[in-house]
Amino acid sequence: MKHQVTLNINGSEHEIFVEARKTLADAIREECGLTGTHLGCEHGVCGACTVLMDGQPVRSCLMFAVQCNGVPLRTVEGLADGDDLHPVQKAFWEHHGLQCGFCTPGFLMLATSVLEQEPDIDDEALREVLSSNLCRCTGYQNILIAVKAAAEEMRG
Amino acid sequence: MRLLGRSIPRVEDPPLITGRGRFVADITMAGELHMRIVRSPVAHARITHIDVEAALELPGVVAIWTGRDTAEIPPIDFRQEGLTDLYPYRQPILAEREVRYVGEPLAAVFARDPYAAEDAADLVFVDFDELDVVVDPRADPAPFDEDSDTEAALVNVSYGDVEAAFAAAHRRVTVEVSVGRHTGVPMETRGALAVREHHGRIVMYGAAKVPHYNRQAIALMLGLGIDDVVLREGHVGGGFGVRGELYPEDVLVCLAALRLNAPVKWIEDRKEHLVATNHSRDQVHVIEAAVDADGFITAVRDEFWLDQGAYVRSHAATVPNLTAAMLPGPYVIPAYECRGHIRLTNKTPAGTYRAPGRYEGTFARERLLDAVAAELGEDPIVTRRRNLIAHEDMPFARPIRALGTEMEYDSGDYPSILEKTLAYVDDKGLCAELDERRASEEWVGLGFAFFVEKSGLGPYEGARIDVDDDGGIRVVTGAASMGQGVETAIAQVCGDVLDVSVDGIRVVHGQTDEIDYGLGAFASRVTVMTGTATQMAARALLVKAREAAAHLLEADPADIGMVAGNLEVVGAPERRVSLAEVARSLDPSGAKRTGMVPTLSAEAWFTTEHMTYPYGVHAALVRVDEWTGGVEILRYVVAYDIGKAVNPMLVRGQIVGGAAQGLGGALLEEFVYSDDGQPLATSFMDYLLPTVTEMPPVDVLLLEDAPTPLNPMGVKGAGEGGTTAFGAAVAAAIDDALDAPGAVTRLPVSPERLRKVICNIQRSPREKGER
Repeated sequence: MKHQVTLNINGSEHEIFVEARKTLADAIREECGLTGTHLGCEHGVCGACTVLMDGQPVRSCLMFAVQCNGVPLRTVEGLADGDDLHPVQKAFWEHHGLQCGFCTPGFLMLATSVLEQEPDIDDEALREVLSSNLCRCTGYQNILIAVKAAAEEMRG
Repeated sequence: MRLLGRSIPRVEDPPLITGRGRFVADITMAGELHMRIVRSPVAHARITHIDVEAALELPGVVAIWTGRDTAEIPPIDFRQEGLTDLYPYRQPILAEREVRYVGEPLAAVFARDPYAAEDAADLVFVDFDELDVVVDPRADPAPFDEDSDTEAALVNVSYGDVEAAFAAAHRRVTVEVSVGRHTGVPMETRGALAVREHHGRIVMYGAAKVPHYNRQAIALMLGLGIDDVVLREGHVGGGFGVRGELYPEDVLVCLAALRLNAPVKWIEDRKEHLVATNHSRDQVHVIEAAVDADGFITAVRDEFWLDQGAYVRSHAATVPNLTAAMLPGPYVIPAYECRGHIRLTNKTPAGTYRAPGRYEGTFARERLLDAVAAELGEDPIVTRRRNLIAHEDMPFARPIRALGTEMEYDSGDYPSILEKTLAYVDDKGLCAELDERRASEEWVGLGFAFFVEKSGLGPYEGARIDVDDDGGIRVVTGAASMGQGVETAIAQVCGDVLDVSVDGIRVVHGQTDEIDYGLGAFASRVTVMTGTATQMAARALLVKAREAAAHLLEADPADIGMVAGNLEVVGAPERRVSLAEVARSLDPSGAKRTGMVPTLSAEAWFTTEHMTYPYGVHAALVRVDEWTGGVEILRYVVAYDIGKAVNPMLVRGQIVGGAAQGLGGALLEEFVYSDDGQPLATSFMDYLLPTVTEMPPVDVLLLEDAPTPLNPMGVKGAGEGGTTAFGAAVAAAIDDALDAPGAVTRLPVSPERLRKVICNIQRSPREKGER
């Protein structure tokens, strides 16, 4: 049986018709065509599929689309304002915070969320938050540097 | 504009940071079918019956194949030709009569929806007669089939008079050490999408690493012409050796696209990945040194067992061969003998993983060096200094072949990098931190390990550079990119010659219909091989551009230089033409007027018989928790000489990322199996990848003291050295923390294993004031 669901992603509404078991990640990717959200493990560990739900980072592989009816969602596609990159995106580029780029959308959303909520987060707490997600290429060093640089820019 | 050696941001990044990447799972085609593989739940069994009736009745299911449906497709071959002894161990694309590991494909379901395909796969019922399971690679060889046993091959490498050296030895030192089963685990799982396009060609998206070879192999397996198969590499989410090898699923999607006449897509899930994609490492070494009265190692004898898993896959004997060839590393070792047993077990098959054979061999050799130092009662650094190959002995040839090439260390100054590392480690405060923490009675230790890498494997690679009528530059290569920054590095090499910024250069890789030959991306070869070919092609292009510009400017080509993307008469910059104008002047009509060959383009091929050998030192500062057996790496240093860094920022990125993978293998990652061959690490809950909290700050001492004479830029590959000596350095540091030389014999050093070691020591380190 399929259900009518409205996904509100980056300010746009997507009317979709999905089975209750359709994960949020699959719905975002397949039904809404936003493939920037990636699936790295589908069991909630790697965090590549992190999106923001009401501003909070969630694993979209562990949510069902039907749980998100009408809730404001943000994905990596919504970070930049036209050609103007978000400070977190800019910092990842500048500080070589990505290699293959597969985990990057998840890290960008996680970092955006934490910096919006705790602009003055200290290094140790930041490491703790970023340990939610996995990266296999960078060894995390440049991700840390990038997020700190973005924090500085966002604080102004 | 000098671009070589500059840390410019990557040209790859904009789509990847904005969600506009195109990984294979992001590609959707009208009418596509989704493949789901039914995998063996048992480690070794005869298949007696497969019932697909219930599965076929599910809505949306189009077809289900078992091994009988693909019996005419040959097993997956080795990339290296002529290894007929290993033929019996090749893997079929679907098991027909017998399954040999948990995870082996035995049926393929095709459905209109991926959820339906997965439902149907659950309804495929298989009856098995279970058979004896082999999980110990050191057990006596058991039958594999009627004609062969589980010792697939014995690798033999030797030189010098080992017997005599051991007979004359002042001391003999033996250690038994092992490296656990772990592997690349890229964040993107594997995937493939095959579609039949116009002219009947099969196009497969999701290629990586070695697209040209795989195109040919798929064509051969399916009875097609080479040109009937096209492989396309899009964005690739990490490779590390495992991705891009030819696996059963790649062949199945192509076959299905042909037979079912629809696009067929397969995206591996993580649980599958951990039992389906190549495992690696998993070697036990018994290694012995003969040491003379001066403390010089006169011979090394090594015997090792490699747990190959259930089949020999596309790498054939590459890993054991490299293990044996690279094991002597930076030391003179006048006589050497190595015997490597390739043993089949009932586990997921193994292949290469970043620093294949070197991570294991370096661990064995450096543990041996530490044991020799302990035997001699001296600082391990002293033992190493005494045995390193001297600078004046470079180039240094060993009578060994590695990957079909004569082994000759092309350049290097090993004693110098050791001293520089020691100074750097001190300078960065590791020694001070060690002393401070010791003073407060923390169990801390500092360990070192030396390594020699290999890179830039030939025999060839090419590049073609085309300039459009609007001045756009396109470099077409046979390289592949798994995310390591190939586009940026190649654009830098090209832009450096043509004096244009990287923004105007598009680098093509992994497209088999764009260039006839390409060996791809492995063995840290792209910057060396494709980079050199690109430099050659850019220089040839410049010659042609100057000649054409000379016609336009009515000057002598010798008087024309390229400045900021324009060609101008040297000393008279007002007389200049843009690269676009030069390109337009070479359209067929224009070229006819000047008698030149049309198009502003050039192609070059770089060939080499030898590899380049970068080298370096790792240093680890660790803290051991006496009560939990936990190990925390506090600081880490990698010193690496790669001859010349095209983009130091990217090189450092490679080294730090490689170090994280080395850390995983040293402390966290292990594919554990039960006695009946059940894999116990099939999710990220039990296969532990390092997170940011396990990673120490890594300081990189990047050196360019020993450029290789084998290519004009002097570059050596940089992709693997961050990984190579990690396990060895951490082991030495833990020994030092425990003040117990030889305490660590096995990777990963899990808390459980280390706690046992600590209990056996039964005293606090240095409590009797030994140091």
